[in-house]
Amino acid sequence: MMGDLEVEKHVQFVLSVEKKKDDFESVAMEHIRINGAYWGLTTLDLLGKLGVVDQDEVISWIMKCQDESGGFGGNIGHDPHIMYTLSAVQVLALYDKLDVLDIDKVSSYVSGLQNEDGSFSGDIWGEIDTRFSYIAICCLSILGRLEKLNVQKAVAYIVSCKNMDGGFGCTPGGESHSGQIFCCVAALAITGSLHHIDKDLLGWWLCERQVKSGGLNGRPEKLPDVCYSWWVLSSLIIIDRVHWIDKEKLAAFILNCQDKENGGISDRPEDAVDVFHTFFGVAGLSLLEYPGVKAIDPAYALPVDVVDRIFIGRR
Amino acid sequence: MHGRPRKQPSLKEDNASIEKAAKLRSLQSLVLHNHQNKIYDKEALEVSSKLLELNPELYTAWNYRKLAVEHALLSEENSDTIRAILDEELKVVENALRRNFKSYGAWEHRKWVLRKEYSSVDQELRLLDQFQKADSRNFHAWNYRRFVAKLKNLPAEEELKYTTSMIESNFSNYSAWHNRSVILSHLLKENPQGLDSKHNVLKEEYDLVHQALFTDPDDQSGWFYHLWLLAQTAAPDAPSLISFWPAHGSDLVVSSNGSLPLILYFDQVVEGKAQAWMTYLKFPELGNNSSEVYTIEVSLGQVNGIISSSGSSLSLPLRFTFTTRVQSTPSEHSEGIVTMKMLSWKDEEFCRNEEVLQYFNPCILPSDLQRINKDCQQTTLKWKLETFTHEIALFRDLLLEMNWQLSCKLLKIGMLTLARLLLAHDALMLHNTTSVSQKANCKEILELLQDLMKLDPTHSRFYKDMLSIVLMEQMVSNRNSLEGYCWYYGTSTSSLTQNIICLRLNNLSLSRIGSFEHLLWVQMIDLRGNELRSIEGLEVLQRLTCLNLSHNNLISFTALAPLRLLSSLKVLDISHNEIGAHSIDTTRYLCSSLLSQSAGDGCNLDEYAINNVDIAKYWEAVLVFKGLQLTQLDVVGNAVSDDDKFSLLLVKILPKLKWLDGNAVY
Ligand SMILES: [Zn+2]
Repeated sequence: MMGDLEVEKHVQFVLSVEKKKDDFESVAMEHIRINGAYWGLTTLDLLGKLGVVDQDEVISWIMKCQDESGGFGGNIGHDPHIMYTLSAVQVLALYDKLDVLDIDKVSSYVSGLQNEDGSFSGDIWGEIDTRFSYIAICCLSILGRLEKLNVQKAVAYIVSCKNMDGGFGCTPGGESHSGQIFCCVAALAITGSLHHIDKDLLGWWLCERQVKSGGLNGRPEKLPDVCYSWWVLSSLIIIDRVHWIDKEKLAAFILNCQDKENGGISDRPEDAVDVFHTFFGVAGLSLLEYPGVKAIDPAYALPVDVVDRIFIGRR
Repeated sequence: MHGRPRKQPSLKEDNASIEKAAKLRSLQSLVLHNHQNKIYDKEALEVSSKLLELNPELYTAWNYRKLAVEHALLSEENSDTIRAILDEELKVVENALRRNFKSYGAWEHRKWVLRKEYSSVDQELRLLDQFQKADSRNFHAWNYRRFVAKLKNLPAEEELKYTTSMIESNFSNYSAWHNRSVILSHLLKENPQGLDSKHNVLKEEYDLVHQALFTDPDDQSGWFYHLWLLAQTAAPDAPSLISFWPAHGSDLVVSSNGSLPLILYFDQVVEGKAQAWMTYLKFPELGNNSSEVYTIEVSLGQVNGIISSSGSSLSLPLRFTFTTRVQSTPSEHSEGIVTMKMLSWKDEEFCRNEEVLQYFNPCILPSDLQRINKDCQQTTLKWKLETFTHEIALFRDLLLEMNWQLSCKLLKIGMLTLARLLLAHDALMLHNTTSVSQKANCKEILELLQDLMKLDPTHSRFYKDMLSIVLMEQMVSNRNSLEGYCWYYGTSTSSLTQNIICLRLNNLSLSRIGSFEHLLWVQMIDLRGNELRSIEGLEVLQRLTCLNLSHNNLISFTALAPLRLLSSLKVLDISHNEIGAHSIDTTRYLCSSLLSQSAGDGCNLDEYAINNVDIAKYWEAVLVFKGLQLTQLDVVGNAVSDDDKFSLLLVKILPKLKWLDGNAVY
């Protein structure tokens, strides 16, 4: 192994991203700050350090991102979109604070984005993508309102995006891509519809994403990247084919992408770190059962104890 | 976020970044301000286009522009002016894409403009050409291309030609191969000009992909496409029955008020769910000391529901019969084993008696019921076999002649492809001919897979799983070999009719099991000492009463979910696995569980609440075991069984349990 996970440094890094506001990258990312909050806070929770952030401050800021439609924007003053709505719900779930939401309002916003053919738009402007199918299904399942969707049609639409390689694209005919595959596989998992997947075919395509360095790429003939440790790995776990890759080599690749001096994880060794790859690196290590990292649920992308609290607790 | 080197920026760069950031921030605030106040004048629009050039990801700014356009179009009827307004949007998008052509927001804005149908498609195709030449794998551009093609109803043949030209200029373009598979699937489905055309189309595709494989063999793209062609070739058209239970002509004893499974096993998934179709025959309650004989005829014609995923129904009508004798007094002949004493899996409990094996009637299809091919099927079969034979010869040559100069990567994919071709060939032979001798590739397949495990250790367990499936098929798919694994449970002196046959597949280092279509008759199976982490598919063995899975690699109770469907199961040994030892459960979503939609099967954990036991911790065990009729269970040697309270819970979930870990339950 390439040395250990620098837990303390990564915690410090996540906190520093939160404070850093003046460089170009930080300003350019302001519109997805709520995604950043989800990546950062989930990283902290997986590392057992959620407590270092002021919970009340986070929650009151999150609630300020909500639009009157019920959906959330990526930051205060930005338009609502289904992507940011999921992040908001996920962060509230981390804190066991879903009760601060008007659940009917939020779930109506999400279910209102379902189209006649079962697909989902991202917002009122009508971009359609299976990412939004996953987001809608995940979000409403967490909120306990899945019955507000036409699940059968939603599943049929996802299945219509299945490709020759067993993977899935954004719309029918779209090329398979690991991120898209995660969305579709996880959505089928949550709706209990995994029988639509050819697990051996897709599993082989996914396990062939592992390249010599141990890292995973997102599509054939592309470079490995830490974020695919999440997209590929969670898909392989959901369909029970994760033993087809070399887990130790992958863990070594992720650890190799740490900035051991200043904390944070990058896409590839020696690249610049960011909170996105830090989250996917830590989440990947969690899926690899790395000691000291809490287990993460491969479909909901939240810690297992959070998911169990929601679903087993709600029974 | 991608591909930026990790280095501390210099003070100069830092200052430049802060300066640029300040500019971006002021533009962003201005646009958000204009957006909130619905200011759509020329100056305001200019600010937003500057902003989007700097940061194309800012979705709210794209939304703002859409509102501005709609606002302008509201009072505009002159189509030239409308076109000018929309052209301006296309220009803004183009500038944004030149900055970041992976910007979702920019591509989407372009689609939004195009949907208004004022813009020229030629212009779009020209732009796409530029982008696709610069980055031939950009999936946004490919998606946009499909969008334009659909919007303008461009002929599929033209788009197919475009993929040909992209592929010919660079064979390693997975995106182009992918698009080709999409267009071809569509064409084959929409214009089914008879079988000949499909055969011809596929032949041309094989030729094209061979060129790619032999020109640039290190690239993965062509190999995936080749695998798809193989699947297209092998795909059965209409479902046919390959196995069923009860066997034709069998004579069974059932107890009064009892039931009997009826299992039909097809060569492909039917009803969109599984290869097996199962139901239960229920028998009436009889008075004391009486008996009835029923002859049951199963007739399969054009049965509703038994259709393939492509929508074709059963290829051939089929009929079989068997006899059942219903008796009011329980007898040792009855279906199901009466377990009066604790069952032991020790070697000395089993015996082999060649003489009685002749009475043993596994469910191998009688030859007169085997699929009789109609003429058209014969043509297809011949074509399939010819194709496979040709491909097999080609890849054997490739591997033989060039072995010394092949790269490891090519050797690997070449060997895997050959193994897959041989498997497809053998599967075709197995279900379509009566001759066993023609199925002679097994040894070669096993050798290929063993070599692959060494050659490509990263994926060794993928090959190992494949190998296990092939091994298992070799063991159980013909009677001679199968008999070698069949033992009688009981001593050689006891009455043979009291004994049942146990299929003993223990200590074979199988990592996966399959070939269930040959095992529908099995009541007792010993799989201990293998490397199983899953028992997927085992649920079709509806007669299963005794199952030994000890000393395997099962990591969770959810991996045992197929057992929920085995209503006859009485004896289960899952001792010495890894249940409870892992934080990540790889079968969590493969069973219908509380976490997924199908949760609503009324699992009430509180029903099983016991003082001081955190029931939520064991919900998977409750989910799998509740409703089972187990009389004997062994779980010792798993991390989960270290907790004493877990035994209390098991006794509560399994009311019929008599023995737990070798101890009597009171
Ligand atoms: Zn990445």
